[in-house]
Amino acid sequence: MEQFIINFSWLIPVLPLLGFLLNGLPSAVGVRMPRKYVYSVACGSMFLSFLMSFAVFIVLLNMPSESREFTNTLWSWIHIGSLKADIAFLFDPLSVNMALVVTGVGFLIHVYSTGYMSHDASYARFFTYLNLFCFMMLVLVLGNNLLLLFVGWEGVGLCSYLLIGFWYKVKANGVAGMKAFIVNRIGDFGMMIGVLALFWSLYQVGFPTVVFTEMKLAMMPLTSVTILGVSAITIICIFLFIGATGKSAQIPLYVWLPDAMAGPTPVSALIHAATMVTAGVYMIARLNWLFVLSPTALMVIATVGALTAFIGATIGFAQNDIKKVLAYSTVSQLGYMMLAMGTGAFAAGIFHLTTHAFFKACLFLGSGSVILAMHHEQDMRLMGGLRKYMPKTFITFAAATIAICGIFPFSGFFSKDEILWQVFAKGSYAGWYYFLWVIGIVSALGTAFYMVRCVVMTFFGKFNGNDAAIKILVHGDSPAHSDHGHHDLVPKESSWNITVPLIVLGSLAVIAGFLNIPYIINSVFGGHSSGLFNEWLGPVIPLATHHEVHAAEWILMFLSLALAAGGMYVGYLLYTKRNDIVTKFTTTYSRLYKIVYNKYFVDEFYQGFFVKGLLKLNQFCALFDNAVIDRFVNLTSKVTVIYSVVIGWCDDFFVDGTINLLSRIVEKTGKHVRKIQTGNVQHYAYTVLAGIIVVMVIRILI
Amino acid sequence: MEHSSILTWITFLPLLGVVLLPFLSKNQEWLAKWFALLLAGIQLLMAGYIFKVFDSDLVGYQLMHGPYKWIETFHIHYFVGIDSISVSMVLLTALISVVAVIASWGIGKNIKAYFALLLLLDVGMMGTFVALDFFLFYIFWEIMLLPMYFLIGLWGGPRREYAAIKFFLFTLFGSLFMLLVMLALYLYSAGNLFDITKLADLSTHTGLLAISDSFNWFRFFCWLGLFVGFAIKVPMFPFHTWLPDAHVEAPTAISVILAGVLLKMGTYGMLRFNYMIFPDITATCSMVVAAFGLINIIYGALCAMAQTDLKKLIAYSSISHMGFVLLGMSAFTPEGISGAVLQMFNHGTITAMLFILVGVIYDRAHHRDINGFGGLFSIVPRYGVWVAFAFFAALGLPGLSGFVSEVLVFLGSYPTYPGLTIAALSGVILGAAYLLWTIQRMFFGPANEKYKDLKDISLREVFSLLPLGVIVLILGVYPKPMIDLIDSSLVALNAKIMPYIDSVHSITGMF
Repeated sequence: MEQFIINFSWLIPVLPLLGFLLNGLPSAVGVRMPRKYVYSVACGSMFLSFLMSFAVFIVLLNMPSESREFTNTLWSWIHIGSLKADIAFLFDPLSVNMALVVTGVGFLIHVYSTGYMSHDASYARFFTYLNLFCFMMLVLVLGNNLLLLFVGWEGVGLCSYLLIGFWYKVKANGVAGMKAFIVNRIGDFGMMIGVLALFWSLYQVGFPTVVFTEMKLAMMPLTSVTILGVSAITIICIFLFIGATGKSAQIPLYVWLPDAMAGPTPVSALIHAATMVTAGVYMIARLNWLFVLSPTALMVIATVGALTAFIGATIGFAQNDIKKVLAYSTVSQLGYMMLAMGTGAFAAGIFHLTTHAFFKACLFLGSGSVILAMHHEQDMRLMGGLRKYMPKTFITFAAATIAICGIFPFSGFFSKDEILWQVFAKGSYAGWYYFLWVIGIVSALGTAFYMVRCVVMTFFGKFNGNDAAIKILVHGDSPAHSDHGHHDLVPKESSWNITVPLIVLGSLAVIAGFLNIPYIINSVFGGHSSGLFNEWLGPVIPLATHHEVHAAEWILMFLSLALAAGGMYVGYLLYTKRNDIVTKFTTTYSRLYKIVYNKYFVDEFYQGFFVKGLLKLNQFCALFDNAVIDRFVNLTSKVTVIYSVVIGWCDDFFVDGTINLLSRIVEKTGKHVRKIQTGNVQHYAYTVLAGIIVVMVIRILI
Repeated sequence: MEHSSILTWITFLPLLGVVLLPFLSKNQEWLAKWFALLLAGIQLLMAGYIFKVFDSDLVGYQLMHGPYKWIETFHIHYFVGIDSISVSMVLLTALISVVAVIASWGIGKNIKAYFALLLLLDVGMMGTFVALDFFLFYIFWEIMLLPMYFLIGLWGGPRREYAAIKFFLFTLFGSLFMLLVMLALYLYSAGNLFDITKLADLSTHTGLLAISDSFNWFRFFCWLGLFVGFAIKVPMFPFHTWLPDAHVEAPTAISVILAGVLLKMGTYGMLRFNYMIFPDITATCSMVVAAFGLINIIYGALCAMAQTDLKKLIAYSSISHMGFVLLGMSAFTPEGISGAVLQMFNHGTITAMLFILVGVIYDRAHHRDINGFGGLFSIVPRYGVWVAFAFFAALGLPGLSGFVSEVLVFLGSYPTYPGLTIAALSGVILGAAYLLWTIQRMFFGPANEKYKDLKDISLREVFSLLPLGVIVLILGVYPKPMIDLIDSSLVALNAKIMPYIDSVHSITGMF
């Protein structure tokens, strides 16, 4: 049985591919399949894939922990020179963890989508894309070499592009998709450089390979390689990290993620919260043995991560679109994961990735449920009081919110606290990390604040959906936005296929933290485990060898708990009873508010500087091509024509002229000479005689 | 390695059509299409046979036919054969010919003449790739010009005459240098040779051509003459301006052939002549060639982004993509040179799809202004899917064939020219930008009322795209057959240049 599962482990990515083909091919030839077929295929393939992942998980669990790893090679892909890359999947604790998240959360979101998309005309197209995405994501996390990872990496980018622009008839959606893909390509540009530098540096030390397990063995000699006098590893890590900033929405490339909310909400949950955006984090964790060798690169990563966490959290303060709040929250949480990576707390980062997948997917899906109830209204100012109308959505949303705020014993507490503690602990080696810890803890406070603000605006107070004054405030006074026939909107709870995934994810958001109870809490109960999750990842990400209980750790834990609770309380207070303070604040500090509200004008800067600059540059090139190069070509032809006219004239005048002159001379001469020819025999005889005399005279004289 | 006449057959088979088609009467014109398709189909089957019997482990020429004495006084022979540099090009030519015939189905005027010329073009293309005698190569090279000139000049768009003449003169200008070099090689080789296989043996180079320790300027000018001749065909900046004009005016199928096959003759010629006969000069000048490759990549992409005519945009993207070939082949690493040849093949298939797709929309809307469409995806969704597929293949999406060759080029050129490679990588961003922006402008947004009755892609059009699409997909995930096919001779070719290469590597080094 085990061998069977190992042999057929390739089914994990292939099943969603099969789903993609079964749904995609009929549409490609214009056949419309019934919806029942479409969702059975899509959800069924995901469910089977999840079962298979779970089976592989069990198989790995039954192995001794050091040997939990196997590779399933399908065929050889690119073998040339010293490059050997195969279509092969690596199964180890890290990749299987990712596969479980992708297929598990993916399956739930597929189910959710059967409800969310039930009225959409492009039902089959949606599930086709979604299946394709899951396939690509699984290739990304299971690929056993860097190039195959890159295939998945770009593949998920493609699906993200297709799904952001899913409702393509609205121009802005297409533009958002395009922006996502191009910004990601900028990251990929860096990543490719990193891959090239890594491969050839390995070549220099005699181990040219792109396979993860082989690369790991060649790390020691690699430390001696330098590029332009700098450690090659640092350069490689920084370029690879540039790739991660694109995919995982870090400064300075995070700008695509908020715009990506243009896609249907299940897409935001699956791709832009739970799975794809964590690919950069996964990549760094996958190459953790490389990144630990460069403290410089780690420090860069940690700093960027912390700043991203902070920026994302602060922008979240001022957004009114419920999905935008969650998007900036995702940016912020991804920042935490990066901070963990940069601290060397890879396992903690992956744990946060996992819990985040649960609670953020739950939050997004909850917002989707709200949006459905609101008839596709996303502005929170028009919501309020929804907890009475949709209790299931409210409870799951609230649970996920408590989780993301980091309140004990919800999952976010365990994962976020682990990261912050490790950052603090690293401060004793490198003081800079104390500073990053401060940023992290402040952002945690911010997270609690904006999330509670979001919950309060959406679910508490009175319902504003039918308030004409607020409508005008939100949408302007345009008559185009008339609500059809002035029916008052009465929100109602969503159907079971939407609420069941919410309940499952909400429960996971509550309990998942117990998977990784830190050593410090275990020790209270006399345990010695440093967390089940950490131990599970042990073969891929080495555990910290010894662990002592510090008083500091307890203090910090309570501090962050207090801050989170405080942030939540302040948020609750400000947006329920003391709304006047908010108004006062935004009016007195209107300039600061405006800057935050407009997301620090980063998009405007990019647009004005890079996009406009590029457009100018390509206009210049086109002009140069036409006005310089092609004009030169045409000029050459003109010169040739003029030259040939001149030559033609010369030909007429001189060459032909000479010939004509000669002929005229001959003609003229002939005319005169002809007269000699008289036809008279005597004349000829005299001429002959004269000739003879001349000849004789000459001979005698000579 | 036994002799075989298959290459002669595959080359001259279309000639049958050239001879017979004019004899058809006016109401038998439909027969001309089918006959052309039949001949191209048989040719493709022969190509399949060649693929099967070609021994990819063998270094050097195989399936040779000849040498047979042709013009004895000047040692000119009929001599054909292929090695792993040309075999992929033979396959590509046969494939593109079939596709081009299908894509020509809608041609309205002078059907017989059109297909006769198309088949003549086919003869010229195939001959160019299989010729092993320089004189024979030159004849085929020039034979192509004539049908191409008429196909653009008679069946083309409004500015067809300008474009046709521009194309003709540009290429003729290049082949003039080639002719001079051919004569120089003949005069200064031991035994007065036209035979490429023997010319590649550097010990036959005597007199002015003799390799010495100091830099031989005569050899350099010979190299340059050939290089310019081929660079025009690639086309390499700054010799590229004929290409957008020719493409814009040419009928769809001719654009397909032009971009699919003809451009590759430039880079093929460089590998066959510059690399094999002048490896020393090639090594010395490689840095310049690589730099021009980079210019092609970036400059082509930037120009493409500025276009509003869809066909012109694709034409400039070809310039950009051919830059990868130049960059890869001048790196002298196994990855780089194989990547270059693979890129020649992949670009041939991908760009052929692109031009067919341009033709599809032009046939319906009668214009190609990118900004004049909008929202097409809701009107012609299946067409939209094909365009998206081809565009993503063109921008090097992993999993499709273009990625494999691009990544090999980058991987190969990085150790030789790290700086150039990093700069060239930015072409990947630009490629995504102009292609996605085009999709955005043409397909997304609210549907344009003007085109709400547009018909979706037809079955015949799908048939012309399908073989290309399947190949692009297969070679993306399983490029092994193609890599195996081209690998061996390229490694040998690389080995030949290696002795001269030390100087290059010492200039650049690792960074």
